[in-house]
Amino acid sequence: MKAAGVIAGLFFAASVPLWLDNPYLLHVLIVTGIFIIAAMSLNLLLGYAGQLSLGHVAFFGIGAYASALASLGFSVHLLPDTVLKVEASPVWLSMLAGTVAAGMCGWFIGRVAFKVRGAYFVIVSISFAEVARLVALNWVELTQGPMALNNIPPLAISSFTFYKKPENYWLVLAVGVVCFILIQRLVNSKAGRAMVALAENEALATSIGVDVTRTLALATVVSAAMAGAAGALYAHYVRIVDPDVFLFIYTVTMVIMVVTGGKGTLAGPVVGGILFGLLPEALRAAAIKPEAQWIAYGVLMVLVVYFLPRGIVPALRRG
Amino acid sequence: MDQFLQHCLNAVMLGGTYALLGIGLTLIFGIMKVVNFTHGELYAFGAYMMYMLVMRTGMDFFAALVLAIVLGVILGALLELVLLRKLRGADIDTTMLVMIGAWIALQNTEQLAWTGVAVSINNPFPAAPLVIGPVSVAWNRVFVFFTAIVLIFATYALINHTKLGRAMRATFQDSDTAALMGVRIGNVNTATFAIGSGLAAAAGALLGPVFVAYPSMGDLAAEKAFAIVILGGLGSIPGATIGGFILAFVEELGAGYISSGYRDAMGFLLIIVILLFRPTGLFARKERIG
Repeated sequence: MKAAGVIAGLFFAASVPLWLDNPYLLHVLIVTGIFIIAAMSLNLLLGYAGQLSLGHVAFFGIGAYASALASLGFSVHLLPDTVLKVEASPVWLSMLAGTVAAGMCGWFIGRVAFKVRGAYFVIVSISFAEVARLVALNWVELTQGPMALNNIPPLAISSFTFYKKPENYWLVLAVGVVCFILIQRLVNSKAGRAMVALAENEALATSIGVDVTRTLALATVVSAAMAGAAGALYAHYVRIVDPDVFLFIYTVTMVIMVVTGGKGTLAGPVVGGILFGLLPEALRAAAIKPEAQWIAYGVLMVLVVYFLPRGIVPALRRG
Repeated sequence: MDQFLQHCLNAVMLGGTYALLGIGLTLIFGIMKVVNFTHGELYAFGAYMMYMLVMRTGMDFFAALVLAIVLGVILGALLELVLLRKLRGADIDTTMLVMIGAWIALQNTEQLAWTGVAVSINNPFPAAPLVIGPVSVAWNRVFVFFTAIVLIFATYALINHTKLGRAMRATFQDSDTAALMGVRIGNVNTATFAIGSGLAAAAGALLGPVFVAYPSMGDLAAEKAFAIVILGGLGSIPGATIGGFILAFVEELGAGYISSGYRDAMGFLLIIVILLFRPTGLFARKERIG
């Protein structure tokens, strides 16, 4: 019954480009899908491992920049007379490189930031994202700074190029499903149970032999790599990347999606993501000014925490 | 050498306001265990109140400054009563999410009210700088610095020498025991949030006329305040005071001798470096390691 529902839902999701002939709405759905992947990756850290990472957009941005740069090729002076030159690579390889680069940053941050907990961790994670943004803004030789990276090639597999919206939609959907299954497998494994144990009670989890550093590092690496993959998808879909991909507000969007949908549930980020991905469009359709939209966003966030502190999915399950 | 002295003087002038921002944030965290994301918006609010009072109604600059700070205190008290009063005892993530929501709503309300265009605020100080030997400093910055110092001392005096201050210190040490001794924790929290917000508004009201006021000005201020309190240790008022000056020196010298583009990154890099080599922070407190 449940499996049938999931399959029917997937078929419905896959059929959308066939009957929806509004390119703008399809674009909104693609971007929403990319953000859902990022929100799912954040959920692994926030919902399962219990670490409120407010720098998650850094991994998204690093994935986007790394993938875009690898596909465009670049040369950069590491020292005044040492030049690192990288030739343009095929896009699928670049996207993989973006994913790996984000994962490696996740490992590094995991080692450094998990020396601290709670409010300190939150602020350190924000700092990391902010440093990443300032590097993207100032290292003009590599990133073009505020001029942005332009003309990023779209994904091409043999002779097929992902130029149009429908194929990009299916690509995002496919990556999303893969990420969903990966997270599902991970959280139901021994390592996943160790994460949940850590989130519930760190001292108790340690006492029964959970390796704190390793478990958190694993969660961060997987989560960062997935966010990086989402970033790479984004870069090759919109085909322009500027330092604004690191803005704190995107992290906030991901956090709202996870918390509203239900942190620590598999379906939570998907439900929250669809809601908050489409909500701005609904508000825009109601001819509300962008500032007022954001005010509604903020107020809604407060209301959700007050009235649905565990999120929509657990609330439905209980009811 | 002259250039170095000038950088140091600039850093001291800037440090006063940074300390003010940091103290407000650290006070709220220490006593209420709330990471206050609206801190930057109170800073912006202070600057915009100066704009409204000085530029729109033509009020006297100094009277406007006092009124802007009072309005900041009132807004802080309202925020606490409406948003945080019911969440007392909730975990830190919950209050943090509520404060993020409030921050988004406040910032966009500012944008709606005053548009995104930056506004400048006149000040009554002479345009010619004060020249001391090889270095010089603008008069309005001298005023900002001394006002900030006065406010910092006033905060210290309030905390160390008044009945409210004693209640705040007791709550900081152990809120359950303080409650048993008859401290009304709810009122202490409201007062703390109001004072912290007032300090942020004061920093904004002081720096608004030096620079310009724009709706997202609070983001950078909040980020710097976070860096300062991490340096000094969350909840430590002397730490925030020293941290404010440290950040100002690092930024000023870093911008002067390394790269001005990375000026705003200095504080964050400092945090990351400190965590790499000394995870307990400069002013160690036990709680920060899980």
